[in-house]
Amino acid sequence: MDVVGTNERMAAYLRDNHDKVVGRWSDLVVAGVRGRMSREEVRRELEDLFGLVVRVLSGADEHAAGELTAALDELSSSRARNGFTPSETAVGVFSLKEAVYELVADSADLVPEFYSLSRLVDDLGLRTFESYSATREQIITDQATAMLELSTPVVRLWEGVIAVPLVGTLDSARTQLVMEKLLDTLVATGADHAVIDITGVPTVDTEVAQHLLKTVSAARLLGADCTISGIRPQVAQTIVSLGIEFGDIATKASLADALALALHQAGLKVVPL
Amino acid sequence: MERVPILKIGQTLFVSIQIDLQDESVIRLQEDLADELAATGAHGVIIDITAVEIVDSFIGRMLTTIGSISRLFDAETVLVGMRPAVAITLTELGLSLNGVRTALNAEKGLEILNGKS
Repeated sequence: MDVVGTNERMAAYLRDNHDKVVGRWSDLVVAGVRGRMSREEVRRELEDLFGLVVRVLSGADEHAAGELTAALDELSSSRARNGFTPSETAVGVFSLKEAVYELVADSADLVPEFYSLSRLVDDLGLRTFESYSATREQIITDQATAMLELSTPVVRLWEGVIAVPLVGTLDSARTQLVMEKLLDTLVATGADHAVIDITGVPTVDTEVAQHLLKTVSAARLLGADCTISGIRPQVAQTIVSLGIEFGDIATKASLADALALALHQAGLKVVPL
Repeated sequence: MERVPILKIGQTLFVSIQIDLQDESVIRLQEDLADELAATGAHGVIIDITAVEIVDSFIGRMLTTIGSISRLFDAETVLVGMRPAVAITLTELGLSLNGVRTALNAEKGLEILNGKS
């Protein structure tokens, strides 16, 4: 089969029937988006895609394939952000076949031409799936980064006393970030007492304990005392039954107790007025 | 070979490490410090590592060794000015520098030594 010839003939056929095909394609897609986009928007998008498909099929333009891929990625990610499922996007692309088939159904001599278009459209449909998942992954990564940034505040409790209230599960990446922020703040503020509050940490297993111990020993290397506070009764039971040893690290039930200890060590006393 | 100067201020020996530490200069520093401690009978040693950006396990062990040597002369060692990155590295290497006290800066290090005497 003369692939180049059929492609070119298909391109010529599509160009001749431009308005009919794009019109029918838009109808099919509009029915699929169920009112989330207007007909004009859809028509504009598809006009661009259709023009690129024709350019790719005619084979005259070597940039067309790249432009078509880029346009599809753009379409797919904008749909993904607007809450379309990947199948909806892909079905929208596939319906180009339907629109063309309705036109060529009567003329049997156009079968090879239709087949070459069909193969191209299949590739395009798969491409939308790929870029859909790439977009989703990008969104997930962005959210994870945003969460990391949100979840590690270092607050100053008193002159020379800083605290890190930890909320959420501790993993290696977060521990690293908490450690860096804590140490940087110790150096920047010249504080010599740090409190790590784990009230918001849902579970403490051996791994989390290991991370806490590392953070405490790094803070000690800088010359700061470190207290762990906010140990809830269930967490205490888990720690004991797992046989985790906090060694000579001071642990307190609440942040208030930890602050009292820090003040005591700094030689300060809180008295009623 | 570069040598690390040892300054005597009152009853304290002050060592500020401003060079990239090589193995020989580290050993030389240990020898010099031991000589100086014996000669002066100082009660404390402050090692300032503000300028040290890279540490390995050898330097980590050297710091512990200096602590042990000083204790033989009844002097306490305080390590001051450690950078956060260095602290993280030492922790990851599993070195907690037992027997060496640490302080954020030279001023606080001096306070620790004076509080002791």
